[in-house]
Amino acid sequence: MSTVNQVAIPKVEVMPEKHYLNDNYGIRSWLLTKDHKRIAVLYLFTITFFFFLGGLFAALIRLELLTPQGDLFQSDTYNKLFTMHGVNMIFFFLIPSVPAVLGNFLVPLMVGAKDLAFPKINLLSWYIFIAGAAFALAALVSGGVDTGWTFYTPLSSGFLKTPVVVLGVGILIAGFASIFTGLNFIVTVHRMRAPGLTWGRLPLFVWANYAASLIMVLGTPVLAITLILLVLERGFHIGIFDPKLGGDPVLFQHMFWFYSHPAVYIMILPGMGVISEIITCFSRKRVFGYTFIAFSSIAIAVFGFVVWAHHMFVAGISTYSALVFSLLSFAVAIPSAVKVFNWTATMYKGSVTLSTPMLYALGFIGLFTIGGLTGLFLAALGLDIHVHDTYFVVAHFHYVMVGGMVMAYLGGLHFWWPKMTGRLYPEAWAKMAALITFIGFNLTFFPQFILGYLGMPRRYHAYPEEFQVLNVLSSAGASVLAVGFILPLIYFLYSLRYGQVAGNNPWKATGLEWETTSPPPTHNFEETPIVTCDPYNYGDDEEVHVVK
Amino acid sequence: MSNNQTTTSAHHPAHVHQFDSMEQQNEVASFGMWVFLLTEIMMFGGLFAAYLIYRIKFYPAFVAGSTSISVAWGFANTLVLIGSSWTMAMGVWAAQQGKRKAQVWFILATMVLGAAFLGVKAKEYYDKYEECHIPGHIIGKEFNAWGGCKVGDPSMGNIAEEIRDAKHHGDPSIPENSAIETAKQTQIFFSFYFAMTGLHATHMLIGLGVLTWLLFRAKRGEFGPEYYSPVENVGLYWHFVDIVWIFLFPLLYLISRHQHHG
Repeated sequence: MSTVNQVAIPKVEVMPEKHYLNDNYGIRSWLLTKDHKRIAVLYLFTITFFFFLGGLFAALIRLELLTPQGDLFQSDTYNKLFTMHGVNMIFFFLIPSVPAVLGNFLVPLMVGAKDLAFPKINLLSWYIFIAGAAFALAALVSGGVDTGWTFYTPLSSGFLKTPVVVLGVGILIAGFASIFTGLNFIVTVHRMRAPGLTWGRLPLFVWANYAASLIMVLGTPVLAITLILLVLERGFHIGIFDPKLGGDPVLFQHMFWFYSHPAVYIMILPGMGVISEIITCFSRKRVFGYTFIAFSSIAIAVFGFVVWAHHMFVAGISTYSALVFSLLSFAVAIPSAVKVFNWTATMYKGSVTLSTPMLYALGFIGLFTIGGLTGLFLAALGLDIHVHDTYFVVAHFHYVMVGGMVMAYLGGLHFWWPKMTGRLYPEAWAKMAALITFIGFNLTFFPQFILGYLGMPRRYHAYPEEFQVLNVLSSAGASVLAVGFILPLIYFLYSLRYGQVAGNNPWKATGLEWETTSPPPTHNFEETPIVTCDPYNYGDDEEVHVVK
Repeated sequence: MSNNQTTTSAHHPAHVHQFDSMEQQNEVASFGMWVFLLTEIMMFGGLFAAYLIYRIKFYPAFVAGSTSISVAWGFANTLVLIGSSWTMAMGVWAAQQGKRKAQVWFILATMVLGAAFLGVKAKEYYDKYEECHIPGHIIGKEFNAWGGCKVGDPSMGNIAEEIRDAKHHGDPSIPENSAIETAKQTQIFFSFYFAMTGLHATHMLIGLGVLTWLLFRAKRGEFGPEYYSPVENVGLYWHFVDIVWIFLFPLLYLISRHQHHG
């Protein structure tokens, strides 16, 4: 049952008669759709599956770590668990999460277009993703891979007997899905904006997805060639990364991180875009420092490409290059901090409403800040040697990836759920889930900072007894976190049928996506909208954003 | 930059709903192709970067490996590809002009030249196989062993001998370590040779596939002055693949030739 909503709804809303969900029926109409909104829904189902699959592996990991002895799984099995957890979560959930679901749904709406520039390529991207996922699942059922998600050579290329090639090919294929999404966004943002929608009027969510798309388009091909070389090396035993034949395993790390570090920004930038939208809407105030937030996204994308070797400070790179990479890694903190300060300044003296999306956004700001600042610890050469490959690193990137990106994704899903489905989720349940997620998250990952600092290395299934208390806390937190993640799954599904009808704009938000019906019609707008003013004109007079 | 509000008078059959006009549609398609080519540059860029690192590290081995491949065939193939770029460009021009027959012939000529390139490439690969120059092994058996070469041969067929000859003739670039050691390192060169030309050939094969599709559409007379962006974009792709070869040819075939035959 839906309970009282923070934003009062003045009249009883009715669902629009015709919208993208009932425009056409049957499985064919979904599998052959070229509608960006339906493709977003296809992606939503797919990545939800992978999120919970990856979560299952995490649960098994935390279960093993309840006790100091490696008593539940053999070390080999444990290696497979954390590998499949990482691969699932990164390549099949986090990277597509906000861009392929929310971005796919919203970018054309936000720029006032009828669809993305290349709808067929958009659908193709989903099929490619499914093909890649099929390979990954095949690798899983044929025994699982135990290289770690980083596939370091020569472990991955020569020593292990697990289906590395199958998984490598799966990730290679899934990478092209990401390239096509990024390509579509870039072209759409450049060429499909509604009249009057200048770059300076683009919603910050679009800016963030645009920046992430640049990384997808420029970074992913390098991962592709790296994986091709890895697969060739493993399949045909050539020596590009094999020291026995004169090859250099560190080169693999360079090439891998050249993509995989920027990939971190593919994961976080769209999330930051979500937060910018939510914070300003629920503060009822113009966003503070629009230009700075917009360009900080681009700056993060650019800086993100020149910091990769900070993953390799102990891999034998030269002191001078380590110094430079350390300095550049510190520099990334600047645009990230710019965003955090601007969000905080937006809330300052605003009329803040603590609706569910806002709770997630506030959670994001706190957790991302902790994750970001501990990243600076790791960018410092001396400290990194102490905490390298410990749980400190694990805690750091989970604060960014889960505390940051998953919170943003859930916040965005709540924020735009009424737009996607036409119905409101039950607010009280949702608030509770947000709170449970926040508490569970901190309980899971904060102890890991301490564990790491005390010296517990990552990727072991057994540990000294003095670490047990903190590990039990972490495992307990993981169970709480699981509840926080399962609740939305239940009430979102529930709301599809029983949720209160949302109306076009339940949050009284600005932005073109709120001008059309909820759910939107197949072609998004009755007429091409004409934009006449800046975004986020909350507060002063709440004037209509668009003149038709 | 923003949506073009002008509407074209006649509704072209190829016009898709998300665009306001045919001009916008054509412009978007070409912009998309350029972004795609950017991804291709990054992909080949990663491979070229790895190549360059090993070329510096194992320079004498790269010279020896490079000397073992046929410049004549490589040069012939370069001419074939440049020729195919010309026929492709003419195909785009014919489409712009709405010359249906010329389009078909130029596309067909491009395909013939592309296939000729792949034929020569296959011959070159076969030569390497005969000369026992294929690195690596599969299902526990060395590639070289399939062709009756010596198993586990560290001198890589005739390579060690060639290096000894070159050293005998006073080539200063040959290092102090044994010719066998250098010959072993040519495996890295050959790995790159096959990876780079293989990736390039894969792009050619994809190109031939796309050209076939284009051929049928051109035959049906789908392209004309108002709508030729598919031909133009396939052309962009084809030229890109050619340009990759223009880099591959000197990098793989022409390493320090004068030192060996000087």
